[in-house]
Parts: sequence; C-alpha cells; structure tokens
Amino acid sequence: MRHIISVLLENEAGALSRVAGLFSARGYNIESLTVAPTEDASLSRMTLVTTGSDEVIEQITKQLNKLIEVVKVVDLSEGDHIERELMLVKVRAIGKDREEMKRMADIFRGRIIGVTDKDYIIELTGTGSKLDAFLSAIDRSAIVETVRTGASGIGRGDRVLKI
Amino acid sequence: MELSGAEITVRCLQEEGVDYVFGYPGGAVLFIYDELFKQDKVKHILVRHEQGAIHAADGYSRSTEKIGVALVTSGPGVTNAVTGIATAYMDSIPLVIITGQVPTHAIGLDAFQECDTVGITRPCVKHNFLVKDVKDLAVTIKKAFYIATTGRPGPVVVDIPKDVTSAMTEFDYPKSIALRSYNPVLKGHAGQIKKAIQILNQAKRPMVYTGGGVILGNASGELAQLVRALGFPCTNTLMGLGAYPATDRQFLGMPGMHGTYEANMAMQHCDVLLAIGARFDDRVIGNPKHFFEEPRTIIHVDIDPSSISKRVKVDVPIVGNVREVLQEMIRQLQASKEKPDPAELKAWWKQIELWRSRDCLKYDRAAKIIKPQSVVEKLYELTKGDAFVTSDVGQHQMWAAQFYKFNKPRRWINSGGLGTMGFGLPAAVGVQLAHPKSPVVCVTGEASIQMCIQELSTCKQYHLPIKIVNLNNRYMGMVRQWQEFFHGNRYSESYMDALPDFVKLAESYGHIGMRIEKPEDVEGALKEALARKKDLVFMDFITDQTENVFPMVPGGKGLSEMILV
Repeated sequence: MRHIISVLLENEAGALSRVAGLFSARGYNIESLTVAPTEDASLSRMTLVTTGSDEVIEQITKQLNKLIEVVKVVDLSEGDHIERELMLVKVRAIGKDREEMKRMADIFRGRIIGVTDKDYIIELTGTGSKLDAFLSAIDRSAIVETVRTGASGIGRGDRVLKI
Repeated sequence: MELSGAEITVRCLQEEGVDYVFGYPGGAVLFIYDELFKQDKVKHILVRHEQGAIHAADGYSRSTEKIGVALVTSGPGVTNAVTGIATAYMDSIPLVIITGQVPTHAIGLDAFQECDTVGITRPCVKHNFLVKDVKDLAVTIKKAFYIATTGRPGPVVVDIPKDVTSAMTEFDYPKSIALRSYNPVLKGHAGQIKKAIQILNQAKRPMVYTGGGVILGNASGELAQLVRALGFPCTNTLMGLGAYPATDRQFLGMPGMHGTYEANMAMQHCDVLLAIGARFDDRVIGNPKHFFEEPRTIIHVDIDPSSISKRVKVDVPIVGNVREVLQEMIRQLQASKEKPDPAELKAWWKQIELWRSRDCLKYDRAAKIIKPQSVVEKLYELTKGDAFVTSDVGQHQMWAAQFYKFNKPRRWINSGGLGTMGFGLPAAVGVQLAHPKSPVVCVTGEASIQMCIQELSTCKQYHLPIKIVNLNNRYMGMVRQWQEFFHGNRYSESYMDALPDFVKLAESYGHIGMRIEKPEDVEGALKEALARKKDLVFMDFITDQTENVFPMVPGGKGLSEMILV
C-alpha cells in the first residue's frame, strides 16, 4: 500500500541524511521525498511517499520517531488529507502545436511560465496521478524535459502536524 | 574566564564524573590530550588499537551501571573505532565517543587523516554530532551524555574539529537538558499492564523470556520478584544472562540457536509468553513462521517501540522503562485476586521437567582430551559463579554462556548482537579497571584472541590481572561446526595454521603463560592462575578439535527442531 508520511524534524545539517540512510539501511522504499523549512526556521517538514505492508509502515513510523532529530511523524494516509505535487514541463511548441499545447495546459489548469519561439515551460500542480495524466495526454515526442517535486501533503481540518 | 575547546572537553568529562577515558592520541586530538595531561581527575587508559578503546569503554559500561567514554583521533582513529561502536550499538551500550576531526576550514578537502566521521558512524550510533563552533561544545557534550544514557541506551559520537579545540569561549556546563525531539517513555501504560496481568493469571503454559533490556534497565531484582510471585519458568537470552539467577529451579537456561532443550521447547509450546527487554532476534526464535505454528499470546515490554512487533506480532505491547513496568506489574499482581490455575501450572512444570531430564548439555566427562565445556564448568566452580566473564565470539562463547551459571547481572560481558571477534580481551580491560578487586576472566578461542591480542600490552601497562582462558582447538570452531553440519565437512579456511606459541607470546608481553594439555591438569591450572591476584595469566587449553556446541537450531529452522547430542 502507498502511504504518505509527514515528518517534522529539527532543521539541522545531516537530519535529511539520517532519514535517507534509515530507508536504505532497512530496505524501505522511497517513492518521493521532499523537504523544506517551515514557518519556524528551526524546523523542517518532510513529506515521504513510500509503499509497504502494514507491518513495514508501522516499522517505518517507529524508526522515524526513533531518530533523535525527528520531532513528530504522521501517516497522512490514515485520514483525510490533501496531496499536491508541482511539475515543470518543457514542451516543444512550434507551428500548430503551439495552440494545442496551450489548450492542453488550460484543460489541466496548468500555466505557461516560460515561452521561446520553440518551446513552452508549463507549470502544473496536482496529485501525482493528475501530473501523470497530463504527460500521457500530450504528444510524448513533444516533451523536452520534466521536473517534479514529489508530493507534499497536509491533513484536512483538525489534523494538524505542529509542535 | 574563557577556556579552550580542549579544556572545555575535559571539564565536561569531569562534570559528568567520568573516571576513565579509553583512547589513543593523534594529530587532531593533541590539544585535548594536552589538557588531559594537565589534570588528574579523568584517568586516560592508552590502548594499542582504537577498536580496543571502544571495547574497553564498552566492557567498563556493561559491568557497571555507568557510561563508557572513549577518545580517538580523526581518520583511521575513527575507522578503527567503528567496529567497537557498531558492537556497542547492536547491544545498546551507553558510550560517548569523542573523535578528533581536521580543522573546520579543511573539512571536505580530503585533508590528511580526514574522514566523514558523522557519515561513517551514522548507521551504527544512537546519534552523532559535528561541533563546528566552540560555543556549542559544552551543550553538545551534555546532549551526548543525555542521549547515550536515557531511553534505549546507545553510543553517541561527538566529532570535534581541531580548531574548535583551540578556540576560546566561556565555559558553562548545563545542569540538565531537554530536547523537544527526544522524550523517551518511562512509565508503561497502566491499562496495558492490567491487561497483561489478566492474561498472565489465566495462563496455562506460561513462559517468561527476558533479554539485555533487563540488565541495562537494572531490573533483575524486580524480575526475580515477579517470576517467583508468578511461579513461572524463565529464560534469559545471551544478552540477558544473569538477570535471573541461573541456579534457580525456575530458570530453564538460555533459549535460541544454542539454547537448552527445555528453554526452546517451553518457548515453542507455551500459551502465554511474557517478553521483557528482548527483541525476538533470529538467533533466539529461529524461523518466525515455525514459531507461529503454535498459537500463543505474547506480552512484550520494551523501552523501544520499534523493537515491538518488528519480527514477531505482539498481542499486548507495553512501552516503558523495564524497571518501572515490572514494579507496576508486581504491584498489580499483588493486588489481583485471581491466580493462575495451580493444577495447570503443575502439569506444565511436569512437562518442563521431562524436557529438562533430557540433559541436553551433557558431554563426555571421561574424555582423555580436554573438553572445552569442562574448562568453563571448572572455572564456574572455582570462582563460585562470581567472576566477571568476558568472551569473544564462537563456540567458546556459547560454552561460556551454557556452562557458567550467572546468578548476578552485569557479570557476563559479550558481543551478542554484532558478534565481534576480538571483543573479549579489550572488554576485560574495561571490566578489570571498573572492578580492580574482582576476578575477571576472558573466555576466548585461539582465533578470536588474535584479533585484539595487542591489548596484552595495555594489560601490562596498567597491571590488570585478567585471566585468559583460551580454548584452543586450532579451528575457528563455530565455522568448522557449520562446515561439518552444512558444508559436507569441507573445512574451507577455518583451520588456524601457524599459531603462535601463546605461552611465549604472553611472556613476551610480560605476563604469565601456561599450556594445559591434559584433562587432569585443568583444575590445578585454573586454581593456580586464579590465585595469582596480581598477574595476568594466559591459559592455553589444548582442547578437543571436534567438539561441537549442542543443542543447535540450524539456521532457518524452528525452535523445536534442535540437533541434540
């Protein structure tokens, strides 16, 4: 099962490598991992997407909690949450493709944030599957380059991850 | 007044009440060594190899309730220490290891004797720090001691660049420390404990299985009280020996790969298993699938939540300090009106006694060649079970665990988790320093002892009267045993050729060496060695080359599928 786990950790050098090291040392999967400081600069928030059986996910949350720099761990998949990922795609946009690409971006509520005479850079936000859908909806040969941030997640309503 | 980072480091150790630091100097720690030289509160023990420093600090800690401290230099000093650190980590031993580092401006430039200490040690420490500013030094060392000794203990590395040791700042050692990201649970959940007591009271075939956590948590008194009150059988793992008196009738010996028949059968066939400070490791329960072929209710007490339901699904988890949980269990047990059914318990004990009568540890006592078991047995008799026994890894370790009956905690010092050959002698250095008047015996083999043999020199320098019992079968015995059982008697590279003359070797280090070749000489040699209270005596026992450790649960097999003698 796919799980999206949020981790609040001390914003200290090496904290990220402890998490990454834990996953490789114990053989856990990481589908994506994203991290940045929070509004409190002493804390970082990490979103991890992983897959595993219930037992493995239980171990992952326990092992994460065991890291000294980890303040809190929440498995967002256990409740209502919102998940978003940002993707930037550089696509070929020449001749009549230019209009078509613009239309596709609009349909997926993407924004064109870079334009040259040969290409567009489209910014797209959504769940991972929406981003996948966009990539399969456009002409594959038109894709020049893609970059994705990996998922970030937040709990809905009263589900708050804070100290 | 401003102090240098080096002086601050030493002052911190003084503040923590550290009496011994085990170490080896080098370029990056010269300022710290200079400060050690100027004081006499913290005594430095110079080892001959950094691995020995960590094992010695480790042995010191295991045999006391105190933390062990080591000091090594950057680069090779650290990499040599890694085996020791990993050993301590696997067995949850509280250590603080101070490592020198190249100056901050040189970090990352492949400087002389530079290595990424924080990176290299990260997977085998509870936590580690790189101190980049002298202002953070004292508080970091305080954190290191706090983290190492609280919760599930473990080694903590503090990496200090050389320029930080020469920089100056005000010294202010914090009295206490709180970390928002680290708050170990102490008290067990009262509701869970209540549930556990109910289950224990209804058990028909109960078993108590305890590990190193009871020793580390200083809870052997509570354990004995609980087990006696319940009237249940009890087993201690390799790491937990001494937590419950081995000579007590309710003790079934050690469980696991080389555990006793009765302990393994009771583990397999019990209906309620109370696990305390143990982690269901592969050497203890064998194949988990086989273990679950028989249903049982498992109660698991541990300070580390990640140890619970890791290999084995648990019914009643209790996270907390073992001692506090056991105290609460005893309290609730005394208050409860229900008691286990005496008739069921009697029938269970009858079954256990039947298993016990199998006499699974028997060996040929009339042999014409020295049986290794007999040496340990004799050692036990002569020391009345009260010696500190360190060991290395292999057959001799198992025989020591099986035949030396530990009635007290912290007497049995061995590398259980990592299984580090070379541990025994340096660990004995730390144990003997912590207990100068007590007999300290290192039970070892001719292969293991050679892995840290250089520490004989340390023993001479500090007049440590350790007794070395070398069970010399001219083989890496456990490797040989596996090759005999599972690899068609092909003894690939397990024969110890070109062995030194251990008697002369001991003598060249300034110690006493003895070679014992006949069974009738075993007792006399041990007596003579033990009587030499001021000397290190190296006893080289020439033992039966073909002796194997029984019982044995082969790898991948279930607990009740033992090979018996």
